[in-house]
Amino acid sequence: MTVLSQTFFYLALIVVISPLSLLAIFASSMLFGYRLSETTQAKLTKITNITGLLVALVIPTIMMITGKNRIVVELGRWVAIDKEHFHFHLKLIFDQLSVPFLVLCFVLCAVVGTFAASYLHRDKGYSRFFFYYALFQLGMILSALAGTIETLFLGWELVGLSSAMLVAYFQSRPAPVRNGLRIWSVYRISDAAFLIAALTMHHLTGVGDFELMTGTEPWPGGSTLVDSGSIIQIGLLLIFAAAGKSAMVPFSGWLPRAMEGPTPSSAIFYGALSVHLGVFLLLRINPILAASLTIQLMVIGLGLLTTVFGALTSRVQTDVKNGLAYASLTQVGLITIEIGLGLYYFALVHMIGHACLRTLQLLRAPSTLRDHQWLENAVGSHLSNSEMREARWAKPIHPRLYRFAMHRGNLDVFLDRICIRPFISLFQWFDRIEHRITNAIEGGESRISQNIHHSEDPSKGNR
Amino acid sequence: MPELHFPWIEAAIIIPLIVSLSLWRVTDSHRQKIITSITSCIVLLLCTGEWIDFARLNIYEAHDHWDLTSWILNREILVVDALSAPLLPLAALLYTAIIATTLRTKTVRFSFRSALLSLSTLLATLSCRDAWMVILLLTLSSLPILHELSIRKRSNRIFLIHTILSILCMIFGQLFIDLSADSSRTHIIGGSLLTIGCLIRAGIFPMHCWITDLCEKSAFGTAILFLLPMTGAYAIMRLVFPIAPSYALQAIAILSLLSSIYAAAMSAVQVDIRRLFAYMFLSHSSLVLVGLELTTPIGLAGGLLVWLSAGIALLGFALALRSIEARTGRLSLQFFHGLQDQIPFLAGMFLITGLAAIGFPGTIGFIGMEMLLEGAVAIYPTVGVIVAITAAINGISIMRAYFLLFTGVNHPSTGSLACKPTERIAILLILLLIIGGGLWPQLGVHSRYLSAKELIQHRAPLSENVTRSHPELTTVSK
Repeated sequence: MTVLSQTFFYLALIVVISPLSLLAIFASSMLFGYRLSETTQAKLTKITNITGLLVALVIPTIMMITGKNRIVVELGRWVAIDKEHFHFHLKLIFDQLSVPFLVLCFVLCAVVGTFAASYLHRDKGYSRFFFYYALFQLGMILSALAGTIETLFLGWELVGLSSAMLVAYFQSRPAPVRNGLRIWSVYRISDAAFLIAALTMHHLTGVGDFELMTGTEPWPGGSTLVDSGSIIQIGLLLIFAAAGKSAMVPFSGWLPRAMEGPTPSSAIFYGALSVHLGVFLLLRINPILAASLTIQLMVIGLGLLTTVFGALTSRVQTDVKNGLAYASLTQVGLITIEIGLGLYYFALVHMIGHACLRTLQLLRAPSTLRDHQWLENAVGSHLSNSEMREARWAKPIHPRLYRFAMHRGNLDVFLDRICIRPFISLFQWFDRIEHRITNAIEGGESRISQNIHHSEDPSKGNR
Repeated sequence: MPELHFPWIEAAIIIPLIVSLSLWRVTDSHRQKIITSITSCIVLLLCTGEWIDFARLNIYEAHDHWDLTSWILNREILVVDALSAPLLPLAALLYTAIIATTLRTKTVRFSFRSALLSLSTLLATLSCRDAWMVILLLTLSSLPILHELSIRKRSNRIFLIHTILSILCMIFGQLFIDLSADSSRTHIIGGSLLTIGCLIRAGIFPMHCWITDLCEKSAFGTAILFLLPMTGAYAIMRLVFPIAPSYALQAIAILSLLSSIYAAAMSAVQVDIRRLFAYMFLSHSSLVLVGLELTTPIGLAGGLLVWLSAGIALLGFALALRSIEARTGRLSLQFFHGLQDQIPFLAGMFLITGLAAIGFPGTIGFIGMEMLLEGAVAIYPTVGVIVAITAAINGISIMRAYFLLFTGVNHPSTGSLACKPTERIAILLILLLIIGGGLWPQLGVHSRYLSAKELIQHRAPLSENVTRSHPELTTVSK
């Protein structure tokens, strides 16, 4: 092992251990029932963020000095059955894609962590928020640096869990909880698509490392080992996974639902980082996209649809967080188009810039009115809205477009109708058939739960 | 046959049997609980000792030191092998955890005598390789359930019908196999009957209604003790796996796959938490069977690993659920209950154990599920797709149950619902296994892989006989 690779090994270790240690401390305090004060939690968050960020800044500096633009660090083999070629590596890649995203993660997490320490002061769920925050940060860092499919999946799942739990942060109300479950469901389905794509790639190429799967050339170069026959199938699954994770059409319905969470989590997850995870996946597997024109066209089409939908919908939102959420979606769509067109560096820069801007906007969202009044005071008069001029050709379709945008494209209704309701109806029907069969065998009511739950007080009214 | 260094198995079987018989004289249920808890702890230590001893010998099978049963019966009845070695401590852990966490309010209902008898029967079943003895022990293990249902004045018709059907199929199947030559048609009929019997015992769709029925009608602790050791899967491994040709195993795998996705989907629409648990269990036990029938080292090792991981994770999940039920009564999934603030520890454990059961990264189930998927994709990519979808639906069911039980409203309660120390210790121990097994999986993976290879090697000559004499069946299966 050379000095450089040894240095990177330790740097990578610190980058992963900093959020991991934070998570371990918070988890053990919750598990063993000892309470950490708000100040201690905020300080711990600050220390781990600063450590991680400094190391994350040292990494590109060393890479620039040494002229290396791709370094692979193997933290160890988690599981290995050599005879069957079954390996589970914890491999991290430092390249022109992962390093900027890593720095972005640390910067935004640090900003939001500091903001949340004041914003959630004396909130009942303060500890819970920081626990899921640490889980999310670890997931993001693992996803950003993942050198193998398994590592990416590990990070991907951690991000999904923490996101769903933070949307349901205000847990004494049913609406945030329902939204949390909705997001978890979309994530699980897109995770399944990702897992199937990963396993298919693994099966076809015999490897699970990105460097072997997408070539050893530095990002965004490289070529895929997947044969042209399977590329459409794998590409479709990956696009599906990315669409679910980045709330692209038709999964856009979960994005405004995610705004039920506290503002810091909305900012970091749905405005800045988590919403970009899908497009990050597309950037990481760019050789697979580049290998097929059909896939590229699909990516562009998906991006275009999402952009138009986001642009229309964001214009009619009546609250600032939802307006920003759909504005984010518009940008995510644009980034996807850029990826489809092969403008990978441009998409990366766009993603970083957008994440920073959106974090700022979302963090300022709770004080929008105050800012507005401050501006008016400074100007000395009311700020007037400039009148919108409506194009003549748009007049006939304007009400329809307005209704479409107000109903958010009925995407949630569409998904409910074609997927969720048929699924639930079918299996409720199976349940009724089972009930009839067991009743017939018993010669009467066979389900005790039926009697117990019918006698429960329905006045709770929170179904 | 090689010997262990101590009569671990016999001691683990005889001690609970003797204590159970002596418990007739103890009338105080609290004293019964203490005695039973100590006994099950001793059994757990003995079974762990057996596993360590067996692992250190580095062999495929071994019998006890001073093997009394072989001396008396002149046959080697109690043998531990690569398959059963870790299942014995798992079974003992299951009983210890359930017995130790039985609250004082439930000690009157829960029969400790039956629990010790069942433990003894289960350990004997898991260390027995003789087909007739396995069938006999499986029959015996159903009796305490029937007894409990009749004491509680609950109808046992569904359970009884399925049990009788399963046992009859196994008896006639084994009879046909014993009376026929290796390659005859009768042998195939016998094998089919045996398979059907085992599948009913495993609760494979469409013969699964007894599982939900049992969870609803018996004490939840009794249902957990009967279901979680997955004796149906064990019966398949002991009775069917060694003699079945590949096409038969493929048929079992397809049925199990169908069962796993059906049960996962059914769990997502349940409105009673016990029924949800029953379907979750069914989905996981079916996934184990899918892995076991893959007959590739990785797939089989994945199945064996999921057997252990799902056993541990579902035990933790069931313990958390049982503790919650002990405080609130039967819980409906039609309403939010908002118990998070009252029992945050149990809420956390419910979520972690549930996620571990579905193979969430960083928990004990992750690698097993990955290996199962890997093994499945290598043979039939479609199987891998269905397994991935099943895991996704199970994940949604777990989270739905979590949100409905612990969030949504503020639970009004005047008294404390906090955990008792024994419950906390038992659940923390299981959590330790879940996280420990997730962070350091290599040991478990290696041991299960070796077991898988040995099982495949020992199966090969037997199953080839049937395939050779009926090549048309192999062609059909291809």
